[in-house]
Amino acid sequence: MNHSSIIYILGKLLQIEALIMLLPLFVSLIYREDDFLPFLITIALTGAVGTAISFKKPGKASFYAREGFVMVALGWIVMSVMGAVPFVLNGDIPNFTDAFFETVSGFTTTGSSILSDVESLSHASQFWRSLTHWIGGMGVFVFMLAVMPMAGAQNMHLMRSESPGPEVGKLVPRLKDTAKILYRLYFALTVLMFIILLITGMDGFDAVTVTFGTAGTGGFAIRNDSIASYSSLQQIIISVFMILFGFNFNFFYFLTFGKSLFDALKMEEIRVYLLIIAGSVVVIMINARACFESLFDAFRKSLFQVASIITTTGFATADFDLWPTLSKTVLVMLMFIGACAGSTGGGFKVSRVIILFKAFQKELEHFIHPRMVRNVHMNGRALKEETVDGVKVYLGAYIIIFVVSVLIVGYENHDLITNFTAVAATMNNIGPGLSMVGPTCNFAFFSPVSKYVLMFDMLAGRLELYPMLLLFAPTTWRSK
Amino acid sequence: MKIIIVGCGKIGAALTKALNDENHDIAVIDSDEDTVKSVANSMDVIGVEGNGASIQTQREAGIAGANLLIATTGSDEVNILCCMIAKKANTNISTIARVRNPVYREEITYFKEELGLSMVLNPELLAAREIARLLRFPFAVKIDTLLRDRIEILRHRIKENSPLADIRVMDVNRKLGSDVIICTIERDGEVFIPNGASMLFVDDMISFVASPEDATRFFRNIKEETHQVKDTIIAGGGKISFYLAQQLLSLGIDTKIIEMDPKRCEILDENLEAATIICGDGTDEELLLEEGIEHTESVVTLTNIDEENILLALYAKKVNPGVKCITKVNRVVFDDLLEDIDLGTIMHTKSIVADRVTSFVRAMQNSMGSNVETLIHIIDEKAEALEFLVTGETEVTGKPLSELDLKGNLIIAAINRGKTIMFPKGQDEIRPGDRVIVVTTHKGLNDLNDILRK
Repeated sequence: MNHSSIIYILGKLLQIEALIMLLPLFVSLIYREDDFLPFLITIALTGAVGTAISFKKPGKASFYAREGFVMVALGWIVMSVMGAVPFVLNGDIPNFTDAFFETVSGFTTTGSSILSDVESLSHASQFWRSLTHWIGGMGVFVFMLAVMPMAGAQNMHLMRSESPGPEVGKLVPRLKDTAKILYRLYFALTVLMFIILLITGMDGFDAVTVTFGTAGTGGFAIRNDSIASYSSLQQIIISVFMILFGFNFNFFYFLTFGKSLFDALKMEEIRVYLLIIAGSVVVIMINARACFESLFDAFRKSLFQVASIITTTGFATADFDLWPTLSKTVLVMLMFIGACAGSTGGGFKVSRVIILFKAFQKELEHFIHPRMVRNVHMNGRALKEETVDGVKVYLGAYIIIFVVSVLIVGYENHDLITNFTAVAATMNNIGPGLSMVGPTCNFAFFSPVSKYVLMFDMLAGRLELYPMLLLFAPTTWRSK
Repeated sequence: MKIIIVGCGKIGAALTKALNDENHDIAVIDSDEDTVKSVANSMDVIGVEGNGASIQTQREAGIAGANLLIATTGSDEVNILCCMIAKKANTNISTIARVRNPVYREEITYFKEELGLSMVLNPELLAAREIARLLRFPFAVKIDTLLRDRIEILRHRIKENSPLADIRVMDVNRKLGSDVIICTIERDGEVFIPNGASMLFVDDMISFVASPEDATRFFRNIKEETHQVKDTIIAGGGKISFYLAQQLLSLGIDTKIIEMDPKRCEILDENLEAATIICGDGTDEELLLEEGIEHTESVVTLTNIDEENILLALYAKKVNPGVKCITKVNRVVFDDLLEDIDLGTIMHTKSIVADRVTSFVRAMQNSMGSNVETLIHIIDEKAEALEFLVTGETEVTGKPLSELDLKGNLIIAAINRGKTIMFPKGQDEIRPGDRVIVVTTHKGLNDLNDILRK
């Protein structure tokens, strides 16, 4: 285990975080609020620690998959700890566990909150909360790769540990360029959404924070009723962008680099993803028709909620906890499916669902034709057996973590729906669940133990399980 | 014409024979001395031993004065290289390369435009196209198209109780209400071109030309099924199977391939998502029954062993009498024997390639005196259909057909004028600009005037 490399990278990470925190500092200056000092202290602290531990370059620069996983897992935890400091210092969230929960929820783009009244926060706090979504969406290590002069093939381990999906590949030969392309696409889409929202007449501050929440598929809003008080046009724009940010970013890469829309739409994952969305919207529109005022209202609210849940954003325009059981069931299913691989969304990922479904189909056919040769195909080519096995193992690990989490949270004696959907909503990085953690409620009532379990779930879900599991696995720390 | 053929394997030899029969001057290059000798001894051609991609060898074979080079060695890359070198040595030469690897399939235009190849031959793809066409029209025994797919030429065996049995050729259209022209009759191994008074009997194999709609009507009226097959079992997973499966799947036909080699199975599965690939022996009775040979609508046997293919076809016909069977046979030696057993359609890859090259060569000659546009062998090599373009006033134009003194065993099957296609009667005439389809048992017709008795 190359400890010096890990510490060096963590130091660099903290330096970057300090720089990013300058943004909420400016917000604080603009609105002339009194939490200027807390942010300044945090920045100084973060920057100083970061500089101190990364002052000395590591003796041995090379590191491998194991260090990559540990760096990413530790990095996200450290980053969240420092991110929580301003909330504690400025008194918005005095309890450290709660502040930590809120920041983890932000960076992992979950959007589960322990706050009952977000409108009482200072502008800088609100801005910082939303900004964590945007940074967590594409990944902070990917950002590091894009902006910092880091050479070496080993950085692929970082990228692979942080990016979602069963197969992580490069778009162009250089990893740095790949990271840059991803961030450029991400940035361009974000700016586009911000401008469109401004044109529709949304207040500038609202537009920035909503855009951050949507782009990272996070879900923190700055109003107590989430998105419901914005106009229906704005809601539809947000729905569309949520769906877009749930796309595999290769899609946008193909579009910008010459391929036609028709060709790009041939990506199987995207077609299935859009089909699931369309199907769910229709089912909910019919099933929950009593809860809507008109056909348009039904379309708007169902589309928004389906988009919000499947992309694991977690915004709400309606209290879907009041919808009929079938609609709620559909939404819970969508929580588990999640967005496309290579998007900013969380969940199990559409591509994994497709692979599992096809592997299942293949197994069935094998009973009828015992000597049949068949691989699982995706986008017209056969997948390696390892990839398919990887997905099956991922499902296993996913279920185990899920069950254990529900079990631990269960000691608190809340009803099963609350516990189940709380774990589902955090592990899939969605935000709100049902019943006591429904869209109008929050997570404040959980005990600290449960909160830490849910935090672990959020990080595990965002980092695709393995970094968090390896961080706590003894074999990782055993030298040789 | 002076033609150089590089590589004298199965296809090379078949081409040499076909082109030799058409009286071209041929030089054969092969790296194997014995092969060169045996070809040079059995046919009136010159043999050169050596590497066909070497300019020395090509010069020895007379590249400077040659009109055409055909490269058919076992390697695609060598073939392409041969053609490129030949093109450098002699800019006026036309080149044909055999390129079989599916990888190059999408790149044929590039080969033609950038590398200067005149034609890219893919025998497996040609064979697969042929088979796919047969499976789409399961009622016909063999089918080809003329005049850019606007008319079809089909073969059909007259069954017992068929309305075609024991009637005269001139009564066929009246009785069936269709517009077809019967071009050849095959009876007891003999092929002849009928006239209106010829009688049709049970077990005759007839061939006829018709528009696709008329062909469908014709078969409906003689109570033959006209739908395309729903599923097929292909034995053997070679290149033909691959191309065939690709085409069948795109037509929505359920395709199952049985192949013995597990590695080959993997490759097939990689590229043919919708096909069912079975890893096993295609001659294993148990396996065939398990995979539903009794219920399938068609069976295509494409293994590398002729005997296996024939056996498999016989077995399929036995357990599933209604099945449409297509059997690949590489050697043509026992053709007479095979005619007597009901194997469905027999595919000779070699003759398909020979047809294609011969018609290309004839079209090349067109600019040097001949004007055959397309040539199709109807019954192996016993009868052929030729498409002529009438370029100017000649002896045959401007007169009613009934006044022309045509050779025996020759029929004018169709005339294409502008957008219309005519199945000519005695009072019709040929005009400049027409395309004329002639079916004949005579060989080596190079000009439309050759149809007249001299």
